[in-house]
Amino acid sequence: MDIITSSIIMLGGIALASGVVLYFVSKKFYVKEDAKISEVEKLLPGVNCGACGKAGCHDFAKACSKANAEGFKQLYCTVGGNKVMQKVAEALGYRQEEKEETVAVLRCQGTCQNAPSKFEYTGLKSCRLVAQISTSQSECPYGCVRLGDCVSVCKFGALKIDKELGIPVVDENKCVSCGACVEICPKKLFEIRPKGKDGKRVYVACRNQQKGAIARKNCSAACIGCMKCTKINPEIKVENNLSYIPTSVDAETYGQELADNCPTGAIVYTGRKEKKHGA
Amino acid sequence: MELKTFPMGGIHLDKHKITSDKPIKEAGLPEIVYIPIKQHIGAPSKIKVQKGDKVKVGTLLADADGIVSADVHSSVSGEVIKIEDIVDADAYLSTMVVIKVEGDVFEPTIDQGPEIKKEITLSAEEIVKKIRESGIVGMGGAGYPTPIKATIPEGKRVNTLIVNGIECEAFLTADDRLMVERAEEIVIGAKILNKALGIQNAIIAIDENKPRAIEIMKKITRKYVGVNVRVCESKYPQGAEKQLIKAITGREVPSGKLPIDVHCIVQNVGTVHAIYEAVQKNKPLFERIITVTGDNAAENPQNFRARIGTPASFLIKQVTTHPENIGKVIFGGGMMGVSAVNMDAPVTKLTSGILLLNDEDATKPPETACIRCARCADSCPMGLRPFAIATAIRNHDNKELKQLHIMDCIECGTCSFICPARIPLLDYCKLGKMEIRKQKK
Repeated sequence: MDIITSSIIMLGGIALASGVVLYFVSKKFYVKEDAKISEVEKLLPGVNCGACGKAGCHDFAKACSKANAEGFKQLYCTVGGNKVMQKVAEALGYRQEEKEETVAVLRCQGTCQNAPSKFEYTGLKSCRLVAQISTSQSECPYGCVRLGDCVSVCKFGALKIDKELGIPVVDENKCVSCGACVEICPKKLFEIRPKGKDGKRVYVACRNQQKGAIARKNCSAACIGCMKCTKINPEIKVENNLSYIPTSVDAETYGQELADNCPTGAIVYTGRKEKKHGA
Repeated sequence: MELKTFPMGGIHLDKHKITSDKPIKEAGLPEIVYIPIKQHIGAPSKIKVQKGDKVKVGTLLADADGIVSADVHSSVSGEVIKIEDIVDADAYLSTMVVIKVEGDVFEPTIDQGPEIKKEITLSAEEIVKKIRESGIVGMGGAGYPTPIKATIPEGKRVNTLIVNGIECEAFLTADDRLMVERAEEIVIGAKILNKALGIQNAIIAIDENKPRAIEIMKKITRKYVGVNVRVCESKYPQGAEKQLIKAITGREVPSGKLPIDVHCIVQNVGTVHAIYEAVQKNKPLFERIITVTGDNAAENPQNFRARIGTPASFLIKQVTTHPENIGKVIFGGGMMGVSAVNMDAPVTKLTSGILLLNDEDATKPPETACIRCARCADSCPMGLRPFAIATAIRNHDNKELKQLHIMDCIECGTCSFICPARIPLLDYCKLGKMEIRKQKK
């Protein structure tokens, strides 16, 4: 018998034997998975972003199918939003209450114009690194580093650095509020907030906790902790020279007034009508 | 004589030691000093003074908070005008005590005499106590509180004290000048540390590019039993703790372990000199030697003895008459130094040099694609693969990073220096270490 025939017989024999073994093993140790899991998983967006708090879409589907009616209410896929959750609820025979849609907002207006760069940075373009070795590109130690780590981590293309402003801009149609930017930003500038009625929301776009005069010197759009907003709505609190507007403050009722009265323009109201345009 | 060195990686730098024959000059007193209360690794110290207090040179300003912390003393006499958060060299806000200088009055306990005190009268415990009270930290740049390194923890054993006089960093000559001018004090400092550690021998390691220091040190050490000089090859980063231990003793510090696990203690010559002054002269750490240098931007580079808290601009003014030529100010040496954003930032216990570059020298050539030459891996003194680390970071792959042993990186900057594509590999490594540390939390 020459070497070719012998090796064919040997390898063929091994293949046959292991095939038989594998067949019986797979029968014996077959894990029966709930059919619901794959059904739910098909409905999910499949981005595996982890925004729901589970390790990927499969894990979320598993949690959904295992949950009871009460537990199901706690689960929410931010990427798919209400539409997907409705379908998942249907498939499982539960009822899902509509949740308010959310979006990521950048709580900083430290643009190249408001807070000019104080040095030229030539190292690795990474906010996290710059935040460790120095504070940021502008004088403001709390402000945006303007190197776009958030852009690199966004899986949905909802963020991009505005060339003129230098700071990232959120595309609210693309943003699914997965929270990746919140996680990566070394200055903790992103916040997930309700989208609001007709996309109208009001928030303080500043994180600077320095005293008013210093904050204002560092960035012309900084919150100086003047307390004016607290007089308009007592729910607003100023802590460490920094105002924070809770989501309970109704944007439509107070938004315009708050934005108009903020002396530095740190309060942003998305539905704002500019006074000078006369509208 | 055979030159000692470490076996893996390393590069031969053009070291630009242009100030090696400039004697140490007194920097003089600025009008105002800014003394940060955290100049070390560990907890910030607790402030002991108030606005309006009169202080003398050597007055305690802040008390150590816990074991990993250090005392801070006043470096000048005068009045505390404010205590507030001021932007430091890295643009961070750090709490500083601002003192307006009035005269130059020392605390009466400090021995200002020029004579060298050779006899060590204190016991081991008293020495450690003295080091602690004098606020001494590792002056090579790490800022680890020295008292911790002067006491041997339970169950550990030390048999070698290495006094690090390598100064492998480009441009810096502060340690070199100190060894030339204060050789005997350094040797006595080493003997003091020997007594604290309960061992008999000390090795002073000097780079071959300091012939004068070697000659003087060899002459002095002949008089002292147990203190020897070892000459090391002029290679970067020879002065890194792990590389130095390997070169001198042949022992390798295991990954994640400390020098004490291989029975070694390494102290910088500046620290050893400060220990001598603290123990023999009762002088807390309030001044240090600092090289202010630069090839093109500094006309008259100098080695200064400057008080802690002196603004950098005060020193820069003394080396150049054309400050507009300066494009970049680096605190530290050419390889590991960090560029400063604030010219008025104070000199701290850890600042061994201020490097001035002009615009042309400060401009980096553009980054190009990796050509897979593996020069970064060949020259890494820790045997890491910086190109693979950079790829893993770009891919946000923390699991891979751990397998690449990124935490062993000593941030010497060899990889960034050698890279023909000018990829900021050191920046990647720093970022990677940060990510791993964040994950551990």
